[in-house]
This record gives sequence, structure tokens and C-alpha cells, in this order.
Amino acid sequence: MIQALWKFEFLQNAFMAGVLIGVIAPLLGVFIVVRRQALIADALSHITLAGIAASLLIGKYSTFWQGINPVYMGMAFSAAGSLFIEQLRKVYKHFEELAIPITLSGGIGLGVVFLSLADGFNSDLFNYLFGSVIAISRTDLMAVAVITVVVLLVVTLLYKELFFLSFDEEHAVVSGIRGKSIQFIFILLVAFVIAVSMQIVGVLLVSALMTLPVAASIRIAKGFKQTIGFSILFGEMAVLGGLVLAYYLDIAPGGTIVLLSALILVAVLLFKRLKQRKS
Amino acid sequence: MKNSNSIINLQNISFHYGDDYVLDDITFSIPKGAFVGLVGPNGSGKSTLIKIIFGLLKPQKGYVNIFGQKINKFHDWSKIGYVSQKANSFNSGFPASVFEVVSMGLTSKLGLFKFMKASHREAVLDALQLVGMKEYSSSNIGDLSGGQQQRVFIARALVSNPDILILDEPTVGVDANSTSDFYQLLGKLNKDNGITLLLVTHDIGTITDKVTHVACLNKSLHFHGETEEFEQFNDRELSGFYGHHVHVLNHDHGHGGV
Repeated sequence: MIQALWKFEFLQNAFMAGVLIGVIAPLLGVFIVVRRQALIADALSHITLAGIAASLLIGKYSTFWQGINPVYMGMAFSAAGSLFIEQLRKVYKHFEELAIPITLSGGIGLGVVFLSLADGFNSDLFNYLFGSVIAISRTDLMAVAVITVVVLLVVTLLYKELFFLSFDEEHAVVSGIRGKSIQFIFILLVAFVIAVSMQIVGVLLVSALMTLPVAASIRIAKGFKQTIGFSILFGEMAVLGGLVLAYYLDIAPGGTIVLLSALILVAVLLFKRLKQRKS
Repeated sequence: MKNSNSIINLQNISFHYGDDYVLDDITFSIPKGAFVGLVGPNGSGKSTLIKIIFGLLKPQKGYVNIFGQKINKFHDWSKIGYVSQKANSFNSGFPASVFEVVSMGLTSKLGLFKFMKASHREAVLDALQLVGMKEYSSSNIGDLSGGQQQRVFIARALVSNPDILILDEPTVGVDANSTSDFYQLLGKLNKDNGITLLLVTHDIGTITDKVTHVACLNKSLHFHGETEEFEQFNDRELSGFYGHHVHVLNHDHGHGGV
């Protein structure tokens, strides 16, 4: 495989993108999970699909547009969707969770209509739904790299504010933290990370990469920083292990990555139970 | 009761939703060094008053002064420590260590894009030492008892070296033994460390022998003064204020309770 990695650019792209996504998806996932917003990733991934479909539709009529990576349009839709979710939360103050199914079904509905108009029900669609490692180009990889740098920079600079807001939003605001602007920046980051991650794992599986490593980490970590550390470790194990397994067994990488995350989760739960029984 | 020594000054504050008055003409001040108990039944407007003090709600009438400044000019919120009701303020499964929780108290003092230095880490440990929780600094907050968690939250409020602590129903969900330890800690902070305290509670019975000043709130202010005067306060007035009979404990004084 090492030889193949030297030889094929698409494999290099896939591995490098995988390594980066294995860091940023679980990193943001930690903040999402502790705020009990785990489903937000699902809603945003479906909106992203609508954006990609819209891009394919425009590409059908404009040859210029065909040269533009559909993921960019996906990002724009995902960002708009994240703002839409925030808005819906304010409207349905007592039913905040409603924002998720509204956005999720709206996104998939829009996506399906755009795709049918663009005659897009073909193998491309499959790539977006379940991820395709082969489809990752150098420009895709560049997009992942840029988003990774932005995410790492913002999370480092706003770490203590994000941490405080996640722990106790009301108290954080009382302490003079500008909750709304920081929440706005955070949700935009989530939207971007989802848009770039779905190329590897696909629309239907992207939320798993943000939540499963965190679910495992939260059971064994002490403190918040350690939770982040373990989440990234488990995320990397799943992505890299999944890509290698998929290569040798010739199975779908997106699904393999997610199954591996689930296996890690089960292993951690068993480990925790054994440890409790001993003590 | 406006004097230059007061930390927080509320002047003729009224707050209403339509015709429904939540607070009616409240004038109230907290002198430096005092331990003020703000008591009132549920729905008496206590939380609204706290929100007004923090500038989260704007009163329709009246104004708030903090450290002699108008509230909209006041920015140094690290001078005010806040401890909220434990029970519903955080998710107890949250994976944060005690040290990390107390560090949150430095967030606004440090400001945006600033990181903790060694001196800040020391301040966190000092605050934990003060509330007797230093040995738990690496435990997860969710693994502690209610009383221990409340001590950690006090440390979080203390770490920025505030002049005043505002505690909103801090003993809800904390068992009786820990509650008594908790009041002891508050007394120590007030007497030995010179921190001004505003304790907001619906439980009038347990605090009268601990605080130096009492304020009774039920939409309007029914009593505001030193604790000794409060003990002379008419029994009937107090029962009328609460809507039922209330027992005031006077542990340190010879004369009978109400």
C-alpha cells in the first residue's frame, strides 16, 4: 500500500484530507456534543447536499460554472443553513429541537428537486451520499487544508470563550462574554467542516465522524482538554484505519470509517465496564 | 440610602410586562463589606432584579449604579462574581475538571485572544484552596457532590478577585449538612476576606442569623435595613408578605423567633 501511496495522487489526497478531517471533525464535535446539539451535523450535511445539487444544476446550463467545485456551493448552503437553524431556535424557543428536522428535511427536499432538474441521479450522487475517496482532487485537498488552518486558529484563540459558553451559556453571558457573535462564528466553522468532510464519508455519515469519537472519549477522559485529545485520537484511528481497510478489502471507505468509529466506541465502553468491575 | 460607600445602587427601579408589574419602585443599595440577604417568595421578582443588576434587562424606570458608575458605562465585570443556582445551570455529565471550571472565572478578566499564564494557574489553585477544594482540582466536576460542586462554583466566582459576590439561590439542591458548611464559608469570606456578599434566596428562615442586612422583596421592597432592625419587624407584616406563616430563627439572640 505504501508503494501505491507513492504512486497514486488520489491516494495521497485521500490520506492527507483524511488526516486533517480526523482532527477538525472530532474537535468541533466535542463542543457540539457537550451542548447537546449532536444532530446539528446531520441537518447541516443535508443542506450541504442541496448546495451541491444546486451547483450541479447551474453547471448544466453554464459551462463556466462546471469548472467550479460543487463543494463551495455546498459550503455556502451549509453556512446559510446554520444561520437558519439559529433563527428557528429563536422562533421555537420552547421546541428548540424542531430546528433540526425542519432544516434536515428542507435540505433533502431541496437537494432532491435540484438533482432531478440537473439529471443528477447517477454515480456522482452516490459519491456525495456515501463519500468517495477517489473523487478527492488537489483543489479539494487545498479546501480541506485551508478550513483546517482556520478551524485550529479560531478554536485556539476563542478556546476559553467557547468552553465557558458550552458549559453554561447564561453564566458566560453574565460574565461579559459576547455569546451571540462567538456562537455565530462557531456554527459557521461547523458548516464549513461538514462541507469538506462529506467528500470522504458522505452526507449520510458525516455526523458520525463528529459525534462517535466524542461519545467514546467522554466516557474515559478527565477534563475537557483530555476529552478533545481522545476524540481526535479516536477520530484519526477511525479515518486512517478505515482508509487502509477499505483499500485492502475493497469496500466503501466512508462506511468503513464510521463502522470503525463505532467499534472503537464499543471497545471503550467495554474497557470502562471492566475497569469499574475491578475497582 | 445612596452613599459613596455602596457597591451597587438601585434607584427607583420599576420593571413591567405591559400592565403586569414585576418590580415596583425599588430603591436599594449594597454597602461595601456588607452581607446582604435578599429574600422573597418565588415569583417575587428576585431573578428579574438580578438580571437588571447585570444589565441583561433594562428597567422602564429608574437606574442602576455599580461602583459609582452608570451601568451602561460599567465594563469591569470581573469585579463582580456570580454564583447561580446549581441545579439547572449546567449539565452534570459535562467533561470538565474542577481546575478547568474554576479557570472559566478568568475568562472576562483575561479578555479575548489571551491565554492563561503561570500566575493565573496559581490564582485558580488559591481560589480552590480558599474553598477547601484544592485536592479535587483534577477530578471531573460531575463526580462531586452537590455541596462540593457549589464550592467549586464559589471558587470560580472568586478567582478574578471580585469585590462582590452575588449568589442566586446557591443552596437549592444541596443537602442540609453541606448547606451549613456553605454558610460558614460565606461568613468567612465576608469577615476574613472582606468580600461583599449579596445572597438571593426564598428561604428567609435560615439566613437571618448570618447576614448583616436584609431586604425583603415582593414586587416592591417591604423591608430594607440591618438585620437587628429586621428582627423587630412585625410578625404580621412578614406573614402577609409571604402569604403564610414564616418562622425566623434567631440563633444568636435571646429574644424569641416569630
